[in-house]
Amino acid sequence: MSQDILAGLAVILEEVAGVDPADVTPEKTFIDDLDVDSLSMVEVVVAAEEKFSVKIPDDDVKSLKTVGDAVSYIQRAGVAA
Amino acid sequence: MTTTPRQVVVTGLGATTPLGGDVASTWAGLLAGRSGARRLTEEWIEQLPVQIGAPLAAELPLGRVEARTLDRSQQMALVAAREAWADAGSPDVDQERLAACVASGIGGVITLLTQHDVLREKGARRVSPHVVPMLMPNGPASTVGLEFKAKAGVHAPVSACASGSEAIALGLDIIRAGRADVVIAGGTEAAIAALPIAGFAQMQALSRRNDTPETASRPFDKARDGFVLGEGAAILVLEAAEHAAARGARVHGTLAGAGISSDAYHIAAPDPTGAGAARAVRAALRSASLEPTDIIHINAHATSTPSGDVAEAVALRSALGNHIDEVAVTSTKSMTGHLLGAAGAVEAVVSILALRERIVPATRNLDALDDEIALDVVSIDNRKIGTGAALSNSFGFGGHDVCLAFTV
Repeated sequence: MSQDILAGLAVILEEVAGVDPADVTPEKTFIDDLDVDSLSMVEVVVAAEEKFSVKIPDDDVKSLKTVGDAVSYIQRAGVAA
Repeated sequence: MTTTPRQVVVTGLGATTPLGGDVASTWAGLLAGRSGARRLTEEWIEQLPVQIGAPLAAELPLGRVEARTLDRSQQMALVAAREAWADAGSPDVDQERLAACVASGIGGVITLLTQHDVLREKGARRVSPHVVPMLMPNGPASTVGLEFKAKAGVHAPVSACASGSEAIALGLDIIRAGRADVVIAGGTEAAIAALPIAGFAQMQALSRRNDTPETASRPFDKARDGFVLGEGAAILVLEAAEHAAARGARVHGTLAGAGISSDAYHIAAPDPTGAGAARAVRAALRSASLEPTDIIHINAHATSTPSGDVAEAVALRSALGNHIDEVAVTSTKSMTGHLLGAAGAVEAVVSILALRERIVPATRNLDALDDEIALDVVSIDNRKIGTGAALSNSFGFGGHDVCLAFTV
């Protein structure tokens, strides 16, 4: 499950921000490690909501520092839904 | 007592136009007399009375993320600026002495229209977070400024079809005023979309020769019926002469002066007396410390509209007197179409190349000179010229008049 989410995020990050999928590992931070700026992060969130059928409120986005944070969040949100 | 202004030279040229993806291919297209106009094939074209335009000749060499986060006008400006910067030798300059002046007449209108469709069809959550930076008129200037880390100011003068020339004139002022040593200056426009075409068509500004696009743009010709909407960008690297000399830069030519005026006549129609345009030409000559008799070539604004071309001819005779009979006049737009806010920048590049190569590309589609146009328009064959100065005119809806003066 979490591997599928990780792989799905890698596809989104490549499409939106040109990130090499090989660089998308759980410990990486979006801003400092992957160079995803705040505008592109909004695009990543919207694409992730669509891909994984979850809601990620704007207030929660701030807590998603790393790829692992996002994977866990999407996993929990998906279970809750 | 007046002091001699700082001399400003042109050390880099870049362009992407309906004739080619760079300066060399654009220039070759002009010398060959090619037309960049064609019938448009987009699915929305069928609803419009005008179905021709002059789109870019080449794909834009950009990465996927650049293409996704930049409006087409920004993309074109970036491509032209990279070419110009490389042409200038990719100089290592003090970023705090580097400015960018990149104009657009309309701004990110394609982004505005497509994102409005997204809003209506898919809702607010799906609107791109890049939409505001993509549609703002200063977007192209900011994109270029970011690319080269320009920290002496980023500017985007907006004056419709005079915007590109006004950006270059502003660059001259900035260097003369000592606020920067190098300015990346030019214009860009990407407005081949249904709404702008419909709007220009409603103004009766566009040619309706839908079946013969390559002969639709016919400046100064008796049978002209409007302009052909083009897209593209051109960028010049302007540099203080002493700065260029200190780094041993190759110099294409000198931006000797610029004149700006306004008609205060009508929001869209040109003043038939050409008074405003003539004031811009005289101001450019004064700015460049040139006499009318120094001028050997004029790259006219000449869009192929019935009233505009006549008003410009009147203005040129008023400003230069009978010396205008000795001047080789041409219209680049007969081949490129009208690139709106990029037109002045493209024609600045072309004017410099004409002086440097000593050849004026012929105006295409000039079968019968309008009786009301008393100009020596170069047609059929390109014409060799000697050494001297050139002027490039740009006028815009709103009554904007800009004239640039070049020497080599």
